Amino acid sequence: MRKLFAIIFILSLLSNNVIAIEADIFVQSTVNRASKLLSENISKEEKIKRLELIAKDTVDIKGIGFYTLGSVRKNLNDSEKKKYSELFEKYFLKSFSSRLAEYTNPEIDVYDKEKLNENYTIVKSILIATDERPEININWRIYTKNAETPLIRDLIIEGLSLARTQKEEFASVLNSNNGDVNALFKTLENFIKE
Amino acid sequence: MKKIAIILITTLTLTLNVNASSDGDLVLKKNNPAEIKDCSEGFNRASFALNQGLDKAIFKPVANIYRSFPSPIKNGTSNFLDNLSNLVTIPNNILQGEFKKAGVNTGRFVINTTIGILGLADAAEAMGFVKYEKEDYGQSLAVAGVGPGCYLVLPILGPSTARDTVSSVANFMGGDAWYNVSVKNDTQYFSDFDFYSSKATAGVDFRAKNFDSIENLEKNSIDFYASVKSLYLQDRQQKILNSKKIVSTQNDSDWEEIEN
Repeated sequence: MRKLFAIIFILSLLSNNVIAIEADIFVQSTVNRASKLLSENISKEEKIKRLELIAKDTVDIKGIGFYTLGSVRKNLNDSEKKKYSELFEKYFLKSFSSRLAEYTNPEIDVYDKEKLNENYTIVKSILIATDERPEININWRIYTKNAETPLIRDLIIEGLSLARTQKEEFASVLNSNNGDVNALFKTLENFIKE
Repeated sequence: MKKIAIILITTLTLTLNVNASSDGDLVLKKNNPAEIKDCSEGFNRASFALNQGLDKAIFKPVANIYRSFPSPIKNGTSNFLDNLSNLVTIPNNILQGEFKKAGVNTGRFVINTTIGILGLADAAEAMGFVKYEKEDYGQSLAVAGVGPGCYLVLPILGPSTARDTVSSVANFMGGDAWYNVSVKNDTQYFSDFDFYSSKATAGVDFRAKNFDSIENLEKNSIDFYASVKSLYLQDRQQKILNSKKIVSTQNDSDWEEIEN
């Protein structure tokens, strides 16, 4: 009986003391993973495949998808939400990985963080300049509600939010089609197929 | 041309509620990209398509060649153009009541023009001057409380707003000393060519610096026009506020309901 209590006690200790990961350490380690991969001498297809795995691990793709949809998300039924999430994930992974795969060994230094509230921390970093482009400030909006599994929700490049840009892009597609979400689905499907 | 004039007049009439003592929140709200209407989207999209054509035929190939120049040449060109832009920034620092910045930028201009050899080297930065921030008449009007009016895409010149288009007229009415000495007044030192070639070079320099980003954005956008519009308006908003601070330009409430 005493042994059982001891086991329960140890288990409860373990479950209550989940390891919180600091947002800045999380970003630097994610960047290092991607950077190492991009500098490897492997095919572009292999890079894309492995970048997608990193993205699935570290980016809140579902959350970004619903943010990007704006207020329209409130009018979707469950099957539309499911379809949208699936399409958005494919769209996101395709555009994200093809953007990153063009870079070879990008050097990003994390230098500061700013906690906005319990749910969000902004991590500040710099993409070191090369001969072809100047130094670029990149801030990362990290969703920290679950402290042990922080997730990236936005990249703010020189003050310009990628999530916000994508949200306004999706809104434009919806506006040009009288708010018909199926038109957005079709546009996403076409992008994925290309 | 008549259509542009009508759009400008209409939107300015709607937005000319000048409030000299407007606070940051009001300026932030007025310049929120989501609040800025695309009153003449058909015209803007046509103009955007024209600009894309010009970009592909002229700017992109030229920028691509320019990119291959050695860094000292590219940096020297950028520095030279930045130094010239002080001639518009300084009067706008004064118009916005930023007298200290006006003084710093005047010092920067004098140092870079002399020690920096006509602005080719940023000697002021090497001497510890704060990072240079450009200002223009559109930003001064915004700080004075004038709303942006409708979003516009101008042929050749690219994205703008009604306010920024109208305010740029100030450059040609004595507000830009570089224009005054090169085009407006017949000085023996500078010609029209000097002014217009500096503007064209600034366009190429911008295109070259953002070469990969623009290519990537175009390739990965489902509506490139909307992406460019969003990025332009976000950029203007933070330039008007002189802030890259996320909390100033990002509304956290947008994210509030997104749970995971």
